[in-house]
Amino acid sequence: MAQVTLRKIVKEYEGGVQAVKGIDLDIDDHEFVVLVGPSGCGKSTTLRMIAGLEEITSGDIAIGGSIVNDIPPRDRDIAMVFQNYALYPHMTVFENMAFGLTLRKFPKEEIKRRVDNAARILDIGTLLERKPKALSGGQRQRVAMGRAIVRDPKVFLFDEPLSNLDAKLRVQMRTEIKKVHQTVRTTTVYVTHDQVEAMTLADRVVVMNHGVIEQVGPPTELYHHPVTKFVAGFIGSPAMNFIPGRLVNGGAALNVVLPDGITLPVPAERAGRYAAHAGREILFGIRPEHLTEIRPNDHRPHLAAFEAAPEVVEPMGMETLLHFWMQGNEICARVDPATPAEPGVKQTLAADMSQMHLIDPQTEKVL
Amino acid sequence: MSGASFATGGATASATYQKVGSIRAERRRVLIGAYIALAVFVVFFLLPPVYMLITSLKSSAEIADLSGNPWIVTRPTLQNYWELLTEGNYLLHFRNSIIVTACVVAITMVISILAAFSLSRMRFWGSGVLATGVFLTYLVPETLLFIPLFQIIGGIGMYNNLWAMVLIYPTLTVPFCTWIMIGYFSSIPKELDEAALIDGANHFQMLWKIFIPVALPGILAATIFAFTVSWAQFLYPMAFLVSSEQMVLTTGIVSDLIRGDTFVWGKIMAGALMAALPPLLVYAFLMDYYIAGLTAGATKG
Amino acid sequence: MADGSAIAAGRVPATAGQPRTGTLKRMARRRSTLAFLMALPLLAVIAGLVIYPFFYAIELSMLNKRMTRFVGIDNFTFLLGRETFQLVIFQSVLFAVTAVIAKALIGFVLAHVLHALPAKGQRKWRGMLLVPWVIPPAVSTLAWWWLFDPSYSAFNWMLAVFGAGPVPWLGDAGWARFAVILVNTWYGAPFFMIMYLAALKSVPDQLYEAAAIDGATGIQKLRYVTLPMMRNIISITVLFSLIVTFANFDIVRILTNGGPQDRTHLFGTYAFQVGIQSGDIPLGAAVSLFMFPLLAVFAVLILRGVNQRTKEGL
Ligand SMILES: Nc1ncnc2c1ncn2[C@@H]1O[C@H](COP(=O)(O)OP(=O)(O)O)[C@@H](O)[C@H]1O
Ligand SMILES: [Mg+2]
Repeated sequence: MAQVTLRKIVKEYEGGVQAVKGIDLDIDDHEFVVLVGPSGCGKSTTLRMIAGLEEITSGDIAIGGSIVNDIPPRDRDIAMVFQNYALYPHMTVFENMAFGLTLRKFPKEEIKRRVDNAARILDIGTLLERKPKALSGGQRQRVAMGRAIVRDPKVFLFDEPLSNLDAKLRVQMRTEIKKVHQTVRTTTVYVTHDQVEAMTLADRVVVMNHGVIEQVGPPTELYHHPVTKFVAGFIGSPAMNFIPGRLVNGGAALNVVLPDGITLPVPAERAGRYAAHAGREILFGIRPEHLTEIRPNDHRPHLAAFEAAPEVVEPMGMETLLHFWMQGNEICARVDPATPAEPGVKQTLAADMSQMHLIDPQTEKVL
Repeated sequence: MSGASFATGGATASATYQKVGSIRAERRRVLIGAYIALAVFVVFFLLPPVYMLITSLKSSAEIADLSGNPWIVTRPTLQNYWELLTEGNYLLHFRNSIIVTACVVAITMVISILAAFSLSRMRFWGSGVLATGVFLTYLVPETLLFIPLFQIIGGIGMYNNLWAMVLIYPTLTVPFCTWIMIGYFSSIPKELDEAALIDGANHFQMLWKIFIPVALPGILAATIFAFTVSWAQFLYPMAFLVSSEQMVLTTGIVSDLIRGDTFVWGKIMAGALMAALPPLLVYAFLMDYYIAGLTAGATKG
Repeated sequence: MADGSAIAAGRVPATAGQPRTGTLKRMARRRSTLAFLMALPLLAVIAGLVIYPFFYAIELSMLNKRMTRFVGIDNFTFLLGRETFQLVIFQSVLFAVTAVIAKALIGFVLAHVLHALPAKGQRKWRGMLLVPWVIPPAVSTLAWWWLFDPSYSAFNWMLAVFGAGPVPWLGDAGWARFAVILVNTWYGAPFFMIMYLAALKSVPDQLYEAAAIDGATGIQKLRYVTLPMMRNIISITVLFSLIVTFANFDIVRILTNGGPQDRTHLFGTYAFQVGIQSGDIPLGAAVSLFMFPLLAVFAVLILRGVNQRTKEGL
């Protein structure tokens, strides 16, 4: 029984900075939830309020069904992994992991059993007598996780735990964290600014911006059905292209008219959804992976072809990125590396209109 | 043709070598100059302690003999040391110095560690002002306030009492030690206390089990500083202590070994040398902490 | 989201509906109290042994010799009119300025010399050069005293070897002042050396390399790289040493006790002589207090320097 519930959580720091502006969130037992968003959007603040390290200005936080607003961190039965690991430098790995249990006066054998168990899960059994100084970044990361695991808490809290690792280790530890969660099944709240980490780890992703939640949902849902321009632009890499245009009723069908007079037909089955916006300014959003070369025998429906001359061609190996400009908007397309592409030479590209999004430029909501 | 080009090549090469050679020669000259300067200053700096040692090994007769070279000991004797350690109050002064220093160091460390922990981590109303105040207090020299302190000590009936030193030396040690401990504690990442908080530590456990062990080098430096200052303090015992059995080393040597115009130089130097020994030993074994402790005021923010 | 209050109320009726008194807030308050208690001994030391004595000193300095009558600033005006005290002011300034300049220069040279040595030898030399600063000055000055002894001076013996006549080290005003400054320089130069050495070590090598590539000579590197990088620490060290030197007691007290004819008295030793030895407590307090304005200025300047250092994260 360890759901985490946030109700209308507000955090105002001294000096009047509202870091969190009324958040509602329900996290289920055993769930792995990732808070993601740009730096300064209030993720850490939210996590630290759950931990009890920051006081809540208003609202309620419940862990396992009981309100913990006024309960100090040590009595909330949570464990936290910090970005810089915060290992006690004067203690061995064993002592680091055992510290919380020692303070809680667990019997010696029980402590040893738990530490050994955690060490086995994390494969750090041979490091137990070392000091943190003698460990590599990845090993410290494991010890920090071990310290959380031995406590067997209701909730794990992670604050950007992989940011201090190099790229390769980050991918490796990401898998490790996922594995650990699948083993211990503890409810987890994980903070990161890296959307790839969020997508790969989360059962559900919470996208935050400026102290509010933009959208909550499973990774694929956020990818395919973002509800705001912010989420659409934040999730996915390279980021979604946004081109200002106009929705025009072209008799039989709706058309998106972009600058340079490019006209792209809206798929018939989505026409109903947008009918009310016909004739208005809109923001046309499409991901680079849905702007491709025309493939032979392409059976994707709703492909719309147009011409563009890339200014920069970036071969990535498994794909090639084409960058071109459309009236001051940088557009990125992802084409097959075999496609001939030359900077400044016009070529035909296809937009997969079934994957496009239309956004209201005023409210920045996806229509 | 090829011969000519070969010759040119050779010339360039040798020019290059010459150049390298001259840089090396210059570096060697600089180094030699450095060593000469060092040697001169080492002689100047070590002259007094060495002369102390020389004199302390001479008998009174040899010291009084003006015909010989004063820098040479002809018949070394440990007589002076022996007499100091067996007669008179020298041992008593040594003991007093140890008592005062030990108490002052203990009191200082307790006060400054508690205060530094509170000021660097917990904060309370006015704690910022207090931290600045601590630093300013450290800049108050003892000659500024010894006269009112003299009156105060007299007023509470502790004039000519060794324990008065234990009471007032902390004015000289506590501010600085607090200041450097604040520096050391502030350099401990904040996540470490948060981790301890989540692990279930209360504030005393945090201080005792995390802060003190982690800041041990700083504590050692502060302890050495407190030790050095207490051991070397001269004005307060000079002003507040009059009878020999209450005196500490710094004043005791002068007051006991100089009777009117008779200077027992051999014994004075022996006594001075032994009085200098504890700080010298600490310095020899803990040089880095020693330096850290005495320079931290300006190097630690 | 609409059932937010329902959750709070439904699951945990005990806390529901209560005004937010906040245990965490209470804990924060308790923490503040605890913090205050922990700093209390420090406060007691500062208040009882620094602030109170300071005001007491002001009160004392305005009493007559037997401390029976309030005399206002009479003690101060009396002192200012007295030639000995004018000498004390002059000598304190002379002593502090000359000794600090000498210490700073020697320290600077030695720091550079040490810095130029290979890392291995540095420690050993540094260790020897710091010895004067480790011996309690009250103890090491005894050795100097003995070296300056009128009839047995080992310096004079050496001078005699070179055919020079004996120098009245402590008997003549000029020589005595020189001796006092010399001993203070001897004692304090290592401190400057170690401070500068630390500062030198903190200048990144790349700066010198960049300067060398830009064609700077050794002097130019010193002028445009080393000095600007060390400026702050130099000023802090100098100001700090000015305070300590200005307020010095030990060296003069042992070496000359102010003599000959009060020509080496400083504020500290003079206050001691007047206040403690002659028993005119108020006058002694007044002598000490004369130091205060200058010390306060130095202290504020140091504080500024230190704060700046902290801000720059040096
Ligand atoms: N202790 C604090 N005092 C004042 N403002 C703070 C404090 N901590 C964070 N903030 C501000 O709150 C906002 C959110 O910070 P944070 O939660 O750390 O962001 P994130 O973790 O998403 O990068 C930021 O604008 C930050 O400047
Ligand atoms: Mg953060």
